[in-house]
Formats: sequence, structure tokens, C-alpha cells
Amino acid sequence: MSALSSRDWGNLSLCAIALAIAACLPWTAGAYGLSIGVTIAMYTALATSWALFSGPTHYISLASAAFFGVGTYVTGIGIQYLPYWTLLPIAGVAGAVMAALVGLATLRLSGVYFVIFTLGLAEFVRQIITWSQNISGTKGIYVLTSIGEMHIYWQLLGLAALVWLLGWLIGRSRLGFALRIIGDDEAVARHSGIDTARAKILLFMVPGAVAAITGAVLAPRYVYIEPSLAFSPMLSFQVVIMALLGGTGRLWGPLVGVIPFTFLWEAISVSFPNQTTLLLGVCFLVIVYLLPKGFVGLIDLANKRMRSAEGYV
Amino acid sequence: MDILITGLLLGGTYALIAMGLNLQYGMARIMNLANGEMLVAGGFVAFWFWTGSQISPLLTVFVVAPVAFLLNWLIYLIFLRPLVKRAKSRGQLEVDSILTTFGLSFVAVGLMLAFFGGDYFSYSYLSEPVHILGDTYGANRVAAFLAAVVICGLLWLWLNRSRAGMTIRAISVAPESARLVGIDVRRTAALAFALGGAVTATGGALISTFLTLDASTGVIFTLKALVIVIMGGVGDVRGTIVAALLLGLLETFVARLVDPGLTLAAAYLLFVVILLFRPQGLFGRPTT
Amino acid sequence: MKRRTFTRLAALALAAGVAGTPAIAQEVLKVGAVAPKTGPLAGGAAVSYWPNVKLWISDVNGRGGLKVGGKTYKLEAIEYDDQTNPGETIKAVQRLVDQDKAKIVLPPYSTGLNLAAAPIYARYGLPMITSTATTDKADALSAQFPNVFITLGGAKPVVQGVVDTMVKLRDRGDIGKKLAMVNVADAFGIELMNEAKPAFKKAGFDLVYETSYPLGTQDLSPVMKAAKAAAPDAFIAWSYPPDTFALTEQAIVEDLKVGAFFTAVATAFPAYAGRFRTGVEGVLGIGGVNADGEAFKTYAKRHEEVTGAKPDYWASAMVYSSFQVLEKSIEAVGSFDNAAIIKHIKANSFDTVIGPIKFDQHNNNPSFWTVGQWQGGVFKGVASTGRDGAVDVKKKAAWK
Repeated sequence: MSALSSRDWGNLSLCAIALAIAACLPWTAGAYGLSIGVTIAMYTALATSWALFSGPTHYISLASAAFFGVGTYVTGIGIQYLPYWTLLPIAGVAGAVMAALVGLATLRLSGVYFVIFTLGLAEFVRQIITWSQNISGTKGIYVLTSIGEMHIYWQLLGLAALVWLLGWLIGRSRLGFALRIIGDDEAVARHSGIDTARAKILLFMVPGAVAAITGAVLAPRYVYIEPSLAFSPMLSFQVVIMALLGGTGRLWGPLVGVIPFTFLWEAISVSFPNQTTLLLGVCFLVIVYLLPKGFVGLIDLANKRMRSAEGYV
Repeated sequence: MDILITGLLLGGTYALIAMGLNLQYGMARIMNLANGEMLVAGGFVAFWFWTGSQISPLLTVFVVAPVAFLLNWLIYLIFLRPLVKRAKSRGQLEVDSILTTFGLSFVAVGLMLAFFGGDYFSYSYLSEPVHILGDTYGANRVAAFLAAVVICGLLWLWLNRSRAGMTIRAISVAPESARLVGIDVRRTAALAFALGGAVTATGGALISTFLTLDASTGVIFTLKALVIVIMGGVGDVRGTIVAALLLGLLETFVARLVDPGLTLAAAYLLFVVILLFRPQGLFGRPTT
Repeated sequence: MKRRTFTRLAALALAAGVAGTPAIAQEVLKVGAVAPKTGPLAGGAAVSYWPNVKLWISDVNGRGGLKVGGKTYKLEAIEYDDQTNPGETIKAVQRLVDQDKAKIVLPPYSTGLNLAAAPIYARYGLPMITSTATTDKADALSAQFPNVFITLGGAKPVVQGVVDTMVKLRDRGDIGKKLAMVNVADAFGIELMNEAKPAFKKAGFDLVYETSYPLGTQDLSPVMKAAKAAAPDAFIAWSYPPDTFALTEQAIVEDLKVGAFFTAVATAFPAYAGRFRTGVEGVLGIGGVNADGEAFKTYAKRHEEVTGAKPDYWASAMVYSSFQVLEKSIEAVGSFDNAAIIKHIKANSFDTVIGPIKFDQHNNNPSFWTVGQWQGGVFKGVASTGRDGAVDVKKKAAWK
């Protein structure tokens, strides 16, 4: 790993400052602002970790809901026996192990089969959990804690920061290098001696763990956990859409997708409560047709134009 | 014995649900996530005709199918053709079509909510017993199964015997070479997409006789259809039929002999196992 | 279109109200409501929840408006769709209070969404009179969230009601002691099944067939075939809307001959009778109302006039009643002081469309309907925990 340049240090400290400002949100915004903050932090963590895997490998994973649901259940069941703080790492490990197993089984499938498989996974896990609840006679699970909205916000923010750090480290490591080659051409990567399967599985464990931790963090907010709410397939789709809206090519890509999307969603829910679904769909189409490469593409394009206007090109 | 017949009847239902998507995804290369909404819309029209003027759902399909065909043709022309034009690779088209049709499914749900409301719509049609080999089955399920047989049979014949059908298969197998031999790929793809939509809506009208639907249930059917299509092999009519029947038999078998609580889990397990051993699906060609 | 006719009706009603009491100034008061309009629970909310929001606001405005401390307010609804997603419910409640400045926020829909929103209602100190949540944890909940009230009861009393009804039928000789019982494998079905199994054993019934099936099962004929093969005297299903319809249809197809046929959620929906018509006669279901009572009859009539749809015979009236409790408490307190309103709700008894409601020390409404039966095209309450107007339960005749 190469030494950090002064530019890296500058970027790092900029990020740290931005994070510190974001962490002050509970004091500066009202409860409503904070709840939007929670949504943004949650989807930032999910979408960024999703893009870490899907960006270089081009595999579209719809498994976020499966890992997320497992995480909520770790908290839901574990909170009766263990202190809350031990649950987050447990959820992370559970998510990572599950992702590794899934990866071992499926990452040799090509694109679209992987999509459907991961979609089926959330359903499968949900059915298994419901069934075992039924057998063991567990009722709906209640998570009655004193954890407030702002604690959840800080945890999610911390998680998002961790994901960025991890992504940045991976980008600088041998694994990141290998992944870039895989992304360009998998055959070339294999021929140059890269264990592509191992690299992909390792990387897939990241979104798995992150989604599970996110679920574990959010469980106290849900209070009452049932499979149909914890494993809602909508979550997987939203993560994909936000990440793609932002752009998966850069580490900060998903963030610039999550923020506008969250506000758009809010604006529509507020102004047209009876036509929410319809208008969301319309916005969606507008995004796909007008922003095919996500915001990242748009920003890059603007940069290029500016540079050419200044005569660099 | 009755497990076998119940399973086959359910398999027929699944074939109805999945056949349209197979045409759209396999032939027109559009992974249509709004497929379930088309199904629910077909079901709603049947409900409306039946409760409004007592017109049998079996007749309604003759209205539903052409309307759905036209509607899907337009959807393809307006929304999807620009994507096909702009896509540089199959992967790019896949991502774009997932996003677009996901948006379209939202629009469809929103429109249905606005027009029909969010209430459950269900009605009773042919819910009388039919006796086959000493056991009783719902007449509406038997009717839907027979319709599925007819639809799948016609499709298969058409795809394999007629010129138009052959061209559709040609673009599914090798779009590039198809163009070389003078096939208008765009027009044919639009035809396949519209046909898929018509089949799906017809299926919706038929299954609404025994399933309870509401405006938001579409996604459940989309998922089931995707699973079946992938399992059978994309772009293969036989594959979809076999996969649908297999799934129906397995679910009924598990429900009767193991535990009804595990039916859906077993279905996904089958899906996973098939994908692990035959990633291209039962009848699919290996991807290169 | 519905919305427009509603506004027109409300305007008319308002005009009448204003004409009657011209001296009172009118101010607009925002009332927040958040529940599913899309997602898995949208179908149920469209039957039991949303029409009542419309009706209640139309009724209050129809009598002039909400009178609070000398002022009369015209009510105006702000409706949000939570997409059956607890995160959205929480956000919508915060939006209602922080951004829209809604003084009144009605409770959400369903057990899961109500409980998810409970902490946020508690933080704002809003009274939350839930009308669609069933829970046996009322004690723990009211200890943690003293602003939450439960009206729809829990699993234990519902099971007790069903057991009592079956015992009555058995003692009369209408059914034997062989019982088939199935449940949807979801929190609701699992909880009730687990309560019901020991309760029926204790009451001397034999469970000849029991099973569960996942939510979203497309074909329930294997379940019904197996149940029929066990030749039960009574069939009980702890089911959700789509499977309630599917099980009933399969029972008709298979011609299941039982003296008692019970299905849970959606049995009380008007669409149930609409689908099976004369076949519903004698079917037992969860819930019920005092269908012959004047209060319910006039309520049902207004419901149909204002919303264009019939109310269901269980949760609808309960939803409306919970709004009434809130309305009466606010008017009695004479301000929007939530702490005082909550105190008032705890301390008093309220006359509502389902009869009087008085909460116990755990904020639980102890008297509610548990079992109803379709008799002559109307779903009448046959068992309750202390409600008036129960009719005698009848033996289920053959399917028609």
C-alpha cells in the first residue's frame, strides 16, 4: 500500500469535517429533519456498500432485504439475552457469513441469474424464518428499548463512514486492483492469475455485513418485528435505484443519488399523498431517460465541459 | 393421485403467469418488472365485466387480449425502444430495462389505485366442484388449466411452424445474424413484447376467477413469473411449461406430505438447486 | 372523483352548519392520517381505515365543526401513504407534527405499523387510540408508552370467544368434538394458533388436523383436501384476507361438511358476502358488531352515503369509535393540551358507535367483539367480552 499523498490527507480531513457537521444534525434539525437524516444515512450505508460490490463486478444484487431482515432478527431475538452493543458485530458476522455462502454458491452464475437468485434469497430466508417461528411458537417480536432516533442516526452515520473508509482502503489495496481488472475483462483477470471467484466473494461479504448491521441498528425503531416488514423486497429495489441514480463508478456516487432521491420522495409524498406511487414511477422514468449514467455521469460531463471551455482539452 | 392432479392444475396456473414474461424477456430481451401489474389489470377487467354485466371471464379474454396487445405495443414503442437503441451491450439494456419497467410498475399501480381504488376485488365464478377420477377440483381452476394448455399449445405451434414465429425465435437466438438474413429485429421484438403482454393479461383474467387480487399484488406474480422463466430457461416455451408444472407439483407435494408452511421455501430451494446445476435453466442454452 | 364529491358534500354540510350557527367563527384545523394506500396492507386499509377518516371528518364538519374552548374548527384531512413501511409511517407522523403543524394525528393502521409508530407518538405526547392493533402486550406497552390505548383486544380473549362459541355449539349437539384448525404462518396467525391449541384441548376438543401455510400461498386446495379427509366437525382458520377468501372457496368446492366454519380477518368484509352470496350463511368470523343496534345501523347508513362503500362488521366501527373518543375528549378538555386529553381519555367512559368505551388501568379497552356470524346477509356479533347485542350462534348449514 502506497503512502498517503498530501492530497489524500486533504481529502480525508475534508471528509472528517463533513462527517462532524453531519453528526450535529440532531441539534440543528427538528425531529422531522432528523427522520429524513436517518433515511439518508441508512440508504447511504446500504447503497454505498452495494456499489462497492456491484460497481466493479456489474452484478446487480437484490439481496439487501435478505441481509437487512436477518440483521433485524438478530437484534429482535438477541436483545432479550445480550447487551445491545454486542448485537451489531454479531449481525455483521451473520450477514458476512451468509453472503459468503451465497457467493460460493452463485457467483459463478452470470448476470441476470444472479439478479433473480438474490431476489429469491430474501423470500427464501423470510419463509424459513416464518416457518421456524411457527414451529417454535415464537410470537411477533417486540423490541422495547430506550434507544432514540438520534442514537440510531449516529450509528448509521458511523456505519456509512466505515463503509467509505473500507471502500477507500479497498480501492488502494491489491484487491481493489484485482477488481478493476475483473470489471474491465474477467477473462484477462483470470489469465493474469487473479482468483476472480475469491475476490468477488470477499467483496460480496461487504454489502452483506453492512445491510445486516443496518437492519440490526434499525430494529429498535421498528419496535415490532414481523417477517413481512423486515424482509420487504421494496428495500432491495430502492437501494439499487438510489445507487444507480447516483452512479456506481465512484465512492461518493451513491451519496449523490441517495440525497436527491430521498428529498424527491419526500416532496412527492407531501404534495400528492394520493398519487405517490404514480408520480414516483414517473420520476423514475424521467431519471432513466434523462440521466442514464446517474449524477456521477452528469457531474463528470459538466467537469469535462468546463475544462474544455477553459482550454485544457 | 389427487396430489398429482392438484399439482398439475397449479402448474397450469403458473404457466399462465409466466408465459407472457418468457416472451417478453426471452424474445424481446426486456426484463419486464411491470409484468405482474399487467396481470392484475387483466384480472380487474374480468372482475369489472363479471360484476357489472355478468359477462363470463372466459369471454372477457377476447376483449382483454387485443387491448393488452395494443397497450404493450405502445409501451414498447414509447418507453422501451429508445433504451434498446441507446444500449451498447446486453448488460446495459438489462439494467436500463429493469429500472424503466420498475418505474412503469409504479405508474401502473398508481393508475390502478386511482381508477379502481385499493380495495380487494374478488368474485365467484365457476367455483363449483368438478369430479376427476373420484376426486373433486374447482371448476375455475380446471378451466384455467385448459386455457393454459390451449394458449401454450398455440404459442408453441405458432413459434415453431409459422414464419412470424420463426423470426421471433431467430431474434431470440441470434439477434445479429437475424438482421443479416433480412429480419426486421425491432418490429419483431415489439411484436414479441406485445404478444407477451397479451398473454399475461389473459392469464390475469383467468386466474382472477379463483385468486383474490388488489392493485398492489402485482409484484408477487412478477417474482413468481421470473423464477419460473429463469428456471425453465430464458426464451424457451417448453422450458417455461415444464418449470411451471414442476413447481406446481412440488408445491402441492410438499403441502400435502411435508408441511404447507414450507411450500414457498421448497419452491425457492428447487430454483436454487436448478440454477446451481444448470445455470442456464432446464432448457436454456449455455451462455457464452 | 370520489374526493371531489366528498369535498362537495363536506362543503354542503359545512354550509348547513354555518347557516345554523352564524355567530361562531370558523377556523381550519388540520387532522393528520397516515396508513397504507399501497403495499401488502393497502387492501385492508381501503376497507376499514380510509373511509372512516373521510366519514368522521364529514360528520364533525356536518355538525358545525370541532368545538374547542369557544372556537369552532372546520376539520381538514392531510392523508399520507406509508406504503406499508414502518419507516415511512414514522417519517409521516413527524412530518405531520413538525411541518404540517397538525394538531390532531389519527392512529396508523395494523398491529405492526401502530407499534412502530408508538415511540414517535409518545415523544410528541400525542394520544394514540389504536383501533386496528391486536396485542396481548397491552400492559408492557402502556407502561412504556402511556399515551397508547388499545381498543381491538388481544389474542387471548379472541381465542376464548371462539372456544366458548364452539363449546356452546357442542353442548347443543350441533357439532362433535373433532376439530380441524389451520393458520397463516404470520405473526397474527401464529399467535392465535398458539393460544388456541391448548385452549381447545382444555375444553375437551380433539384436534384431528392442524397445519400452517405461508402468507401468499396461491393454492390452498391441498390444505382443504387434507382437512376434509380428517372428517372434522368444525373448521377453524386463523387467516388473512386473501387466504380467507381462498379457504372459503375451497371449502365450497370440496363441500366440506362441518357444523361450524370459522375464518379470521376479512370474513366481516362486505366483499366476502359479495363474493360468496348465500354461501356465507352461518360462517363464523373474527370480530362482529351489534348489527341490530341503532347506533351501528345509522353509522353504516352514513358510511355508505358519504364514502360510497359499506363498512365492514369489525374494525370499521372500531376505527370510527376511536376517532369519536378523541373528538369527545378534545371537546371536553377544551384545548389541544395533549396531556390533559390523555388524562381525560383514561378517566372517562365514551359513548361511541360500538357502544360505551372505558379503558382499564393498562389503557386497554376490555370489552370488544370476538366472534361474529353471517346471519341473513348480515354479520352479527355472537360473542364478546362484555358488549350488548350478541345474537345466538347458529349451526352452519350446508354450503349453497
